[in-house]
Parts: sequence; structure tokens; C-alpha cells
Amino acid sequence: MKFTKRIPVLLAALAALSAGAALAQEQFIPLLSYRVGPYAAGGTGFFGGIIDYMTLVNANGGINGVKLKWEECETEYNPSRGVECYERLKKNNGGASLFEPLSTGIAYGILDRVAVDKIPLTTLGYGRADSADGRVFPYVFPLVTTYWDQAAGMIKYLAEKEGGLDKLRGKKIVDLYHDSAYGKEPLPVFDAFAKLYGFELIKIPVAPPGNDQQSHWLQIRQAKPDWVILWGFGVMNPTALKTAQRNGYPRDKILGVWWAGSEEDVIPAGEGAKGYISMTFNTPGNYPLLDEIRKKVYGAGKGNMEDKTRIGSVYHMRGITAAILTVEAIRKAQEKYGKGKVMTSEQVRWGLENLDVNDARLKTLGALGMMPPVKTSCLDHEGSGAVKVQLWDGAKWKAITPNWVYGDKDFIRKMVEESAAKYAAEKKITPRDCAKEG
Amino acid sequence: MFYREAGQFKATYAEDNRIFTIRQDRIGFALILAAAFVLLPLIATHYIFEAILIPFLIFSLAAIGLNILTGYAGQVSLGTGAFMAVGAFGAYNLMLRIDGMPILLAFILAGLCAAAVGIVFGLPSLRIRGFYLAASTLATQFFIIWCVTKIPWITNHSASGVINAQKIEILGFAFDTPVTKYIFVLVIVSVMALLAKNLVRSNIGRSWMAIRDMDMAAEVIGIRPMYAKLTAFAVSSFYCGVAGALFAFAYLGSVEPEAFLLDLSFRILFMVIIGGLGSILGSFFGAAFIVLLPVFLSISVSFIESEVGHTLPSGIGSSIELMVFGALIIFFLIVEPQGLARLWQIGKEKLRLWPFPH
Repeated sequence: MKFTKRIPVLLAALAALSAGAALAQEQFIPLLSYRVGPYAAGGTGFFGGIIDYMTLVNANGGINGVKLKWEECETEYNPSRGVECYERLKKNNGGASLFEPLSTGIAYGILDRVAVDKIPLTTLGYGRADSADGRVFPYVFPLVTTYWDQAAGMIKYLAEKEGGLDKLRGKKIVDLYHDSAYGKEPLPVFDAFAKLYGFELIKIPVAPPGNDQQSHWLQIRQAKPDWVILWGFGVMNPTALKTAQRNGYPRDKILGVWWAGSEEDVIPAGEGAKGYISMTFNTPGNYPLLDEIRKKVYGAGKGNMEDKTRIGSVYHMRGITAAILTVEAIRKAQEKYGKGKVMTSEQVRWGLENLDVNDARLKTLGALGMMPPVKTSCLDHEGSGAVKVQLWDGAKWKAITPNWVYGDKDFIRKMVEESAAKYAAEKKITPRDCAKEG
Repeated sequence: MFYREAGQFKATYAEDNRIFTIRQDRIGFALILAAAFVLLPLIATHYIFEAILIPFLIFSLAAIGLNILTGYAGQVSLGTGAFMAVGAFGAYNLMLRIDGMPILLAFILAGLCAAAVGIVFGLPSLRIRGFYLAASTLATQFFIIWCVTKIPWITNHSASGVINAQKIEILGFAFDTPVTKYIFVLVIVSVMALLAKNLVRSNIGRSWMAIRDMDMAAEVIGIRPMYAKLTAFAVSSFYCGVAGALFAFAYLGSVEPEAFLLDLSFRILFMVIIGGLGSILGSFFGAAFIVLLPVFLSISVSFIESEVGHTLPSGIGSSIELMVFGALIIFFLIVEPQGLARLWQIGKEKLRLWPFPH
């Protein structure tokens, strides 16, 4: 009864909200951000990066004159809150262009909804790997690299270090993973490669949050593996590094996933993290674009992050990457549907599907080398699949593979298509015919 | 004044046994039901259904389930999330593996699976009580989630452990729009809430309360503790199981086992404590408080921001929300430790006398 009394208040608040914001000719980007809660450290950097880049685009006159407008909604990394935020923001300000929640749970919670509402969902470096098949998932874009391509890239890199794919035979590789949907996502890929190349895969799950790993590392010490793959998240990562140090396992034999490869993951481990290597889809360093953000955004007092030293940090750079791809998709859509116009979510979806952010374009943006070139199509919603390997020298990350690393893409593509076909059958979806797409 | 029952006489036992003995209550309740079934589907937006009403109803159902166990039978449980997981994954598997399975039957069977699990994990309650029991129900939480992540059959060999709930269809009618999903959830929750209300007023409900108040005395007057405690576990788990199935099928759509972690169990326990232990109505209040208040605060913050025309620095708004939410929990628990349901009861007493002091 108390609840029903509250409804009119809610309705009034909502009506006022939507009325106040309906007039502007602006492209609306909703942000399902998280700035409080256990994952706030990553969230502030990532969403700070998105906002900083969009502020810069607006300061430079917008996308062919169309300014970007954004609104944040706090999800606390909680799927229920994320769904609420999604439902709240999707119709605001003339309709959402796309969503990027940076959370596996929230992405799953809105996966079915975006197809109904016809709003694209990007999952930059996380989410369902099989959503790269655009025929089954027309509205989902796991841009840059999926977990499966990352796993393939890891094996490729390890093979290079060992001196060739045939040298992997008989080697022992431990996969120390976060026991969740996230940690289990790459297992089919590792299993397939273990069979293919004949290395021994030892899977050791760590129950979340993973702040005690003594027994796991004891097990690793007994197994004496050649490599340890660290597929962790949050507090699990520094704990793994510290425990490895205590157990005398060399850190330069630990290869982390990219969610185990940010400043927030290694600084708490102190000396224990020195020499540790991890995957990434951004090359650490400084770029003209970052200088421009420092000058035009933070110089004008409009920067989003409080701590200026975090400009160009791993999470911040990932946020900028997400924002670059968003803006380029809108720009691409404008080329087809009319320059200087506000694009609908359906048009932004077309833009995301026809992205071509090549090196020349990245050079113009001042971000050459910061991210791999991305070219998407109806079939391929991922667009790249490239990764890099970086090393923590105790003070900063530096890239140790000069070029982008590509794993066995055909192999992964086959798995993606099989898995997507299974999903389509389960959900009774008829895949699109890409030959008919313009 | 508003709650004058003068002139309302009970002439039969049936009238004496009603849920709402006062006419005003009956009218009020009928109005609420009418609003929920007729008015809201006509006026509410998709946002209200998808983000507010559906989760509110589902969590209310889970809170009723836990309230039966903790509020009525006095057995503290931290395994609510696990029972919801059994319901969700059970319903998914029943739908997946049996061709032509009617969804309502799948929900009932999934609820029964949860009830069976509840009985097994309720066995320790025969020997231990209080905090010790709470700690032992933790085992349910970890064991069930472990099973779901470890046995690939349960998630139909999905690599990541994520399941995609099937569509809700009854006799060829698809409940796929927000309004129809809302009606689906509302009907289930209303029927089950009514059942729960009658259950706790019945013989078995009284035996639960007797066990809660003093199990030794209850045993002396002839109540079998084993029967009373295990039925409480079974019924409670059944409710949580159905709530879990609704959570997966009518709300999230795709769920991973992590959606049912200990965190969820705590949230539902807080709903029960804040709403009022041993009150069906309190379960609704508690769910409203925990589910809706953060959303309401968040909307208020952005509403104030747009009214003032000045945006707070990112993150400050979120932190204010959390602080206000925490302060409100403490405020309500100080004002009325017995929960919002008790507050409502006191309010009704006041209305009865108003405007005269006596």
C-alpha cells in the first residue's frame, strides 16, 4: 500500500525528467556507469575516458556539428540496477544511441532487451564471444577483441616464446581462473588448443572474490607448470601475484588476461608484480590524442577524473577506445543517412556494422597504434581480434610485442559460428542473410 | 475516524475468520488489486513495468518465502539465493528437456525441486538454532552455486554457465511484452501471497509460530518439531524457487549463476527484517524499500540536477544515494525495530482515533 502511494511521485518525477530534455538536437549516449561499489576503480577510469573523449569531440564542434549529450546512471555493477538504468535511459533525450555497460552481468541482462528495442549494445573486450556472429546477434558488438580471440592470442604468444607451435607439445600450462561465467568463457578454446597442440592444460578455479589463494598456488608449485595463465578479476589479481611471489613462482611466467592488466591490478601487489606480463588491446604509452585531452579538456577544467595522473592509464585508455568507436560509428552512419543529423539507434547500428577505423583514420585522430584497426561487417561484429602483450616494470606498463598479435582466427571463427548457431536454435532465431545487407 | 469499525458486526464464523475483518480494509485492498490489475496496465510505461513493478513483485515473492521460514517459523536462513537458483535452473532444464512442457507446471515442479533441496538442507535445523543454523544454511548457498557452476549438464553445457530462459507461453499466448509479463508475474504473486496468508493463519502456520516462540513448549503441547520445521523449510523454499524462476524467465532473460550469490540472500534477508518479521504485508514493504528506494533516490538526484541546471561531478550523486539509503535504513530501524509492517499497523491505530486523542 505504501508502494502504490509512491507511484504518482515516481510518475511525476519521470514525466518532469523526460519533458525537460526533449528539445535538444543532440546525439544521446546513455552511460551505465559504476562509480561506487567494489569495481569503482575500473568504472571511474573507463567511464571517465568515455566522457573525456566526448567532451573533446564536443569542444571540437561535435560530429559534423551534432553535439553529443550523455547521462550517467549508477549501476554499482549490479545486474538489477543495470536493467533499471537501461530501461530508464533508453527513451530519454530522443532515444539512446547505444549501450556499453562494461559488466558481463548487465550485458547478459539486457542482451534480449536490445534486440527488442533495436538499440545496439557494445561489449568492448568482454561478453559473449559468439555474439561476434552478426547474423544471429544483429544488435550486439563485441568490438576489438573477444575472450576467445584473446585466448587464441595468448596461446600464439606462448608458442612464440617457446619457439613455435610444435614446441608447445608436452608443456604444462595452468589456467588459474575466476570461477564465474567470465572465467569459464575461454575454457572451450583452451581445451581445443590443448588437444590440437598437445600441451597439458591444468584448470584451477578460484572462487570469487579470490582473496585467498594459498592452496591454489601450492597446487601450482607441485605441478611445476611452464606457464600460468591468470584469468582473474578485481582483488583476485594482486592476490595471485603476491601469493606467487611468496611461493617463489616467477612472475614473468604468469600471463594475465586484460582485466588483470591495469594499474589497479598490479600496484596493490607492490614488488610482487614486477616483471608480470598481461594481454591488452591498447598499447600503453602517450599519444597526441591524450595530449589534446590534457590541453583542451583538463586544461579547460572539464576533465572527468579527479586524479589527472590517471589520464592514459589502462582503464582510461579503454574508455577512450570505446568512445572513439562510438563516435566513428555515428560518423559512418551520418555518411549514409545525412551529415549533421541526429542518428537513430537503428542507424547507429548500421554504423557499428560498417566501421572502418584504419591506421590512417587513427593517425588523424592522434591515436595511431593506441588501438588496433577495426573493420566490422554483417558477418563479423568484432572487427579485429588483435591483442598485445605488455609488461609491468614496477612503475608502468610497456608493450613487449611491437606488432599486434593475432591468434588462429579461422579456428575461433568456426567455434563462434557453431556456438551462435546453437544459441539461435535454442532461442528460435533465424539468422540474417548477410548477402542481403547493404 | 477513518478506521471506525462501529456498526460492523460479525455474525458468522466465516466472517470472523476473514483476512480483512474491517470493511475499510476490504475496500482498500480491492482498490489496490483493481489498480494493480486494471489501472496500471492502462497507464504505466514500459519503464515502470520492466524496471520497477516486475522486480518489485518478484522480490516480494522471495521475501514472502524467507518470511515464512524466518519470520513465522523462526529459522534464520542465508540460503535464499540458492533456493532461487534451484528454481531458475530447474525451470530452465524442465522446459529444455521435456518437449511441450507447460510453463506453469515447470514453475511448480521447479518450486518442488527447491522444496526438496530445502528439506535436505533444513535437516540441521532439528539440532541447531540461531546463528549456528544461519551458518549451516550458508552451506546451501555455496553448495548449490558450486553444483550449478561445476555440473555442465545443469546449464546445458553452456561454456560460460549462462542460461537463456525460454519464452513464456501459455496455450499459444506469448507473454513477451512488458504488460503481459507484468500480468503473468502479478497473477502468480497474488495467488501465492494469498496462499501464504492463509497458510500462516492455519493449523500449520500456528505450529510454525509456536516453534518460533518456544520450541520446547511447542513440543510439550504436541507439535512435532521435525514436521513443523521441515514443512517451513519446504514451503519457504518452494516460494523462493518460484521467485527464482520468475527472476530468470520474466525479468532478466539470461542469467549467470553469479546472479544468485550470497549478496542476493542478504538483500532478501534485509527486506524481511526491514519490512517486518512475521508479516506477509511486511514482505511487500521490505521489497519496496530495498528494490525501489535506491531507484527513487537515483531518479530524485538526477531530477534535482536537471531542475537546478547544474550537474554534480560524476560519482558524487551515486555516493549521496548510498549515504541517504543507509541513513534511511538506520532511521526506520530506530523508529520501529519491528519493521515497516508494524509502522503501518501503528499508523492505522492512529487513524482510527484521529482527530480525537482517545
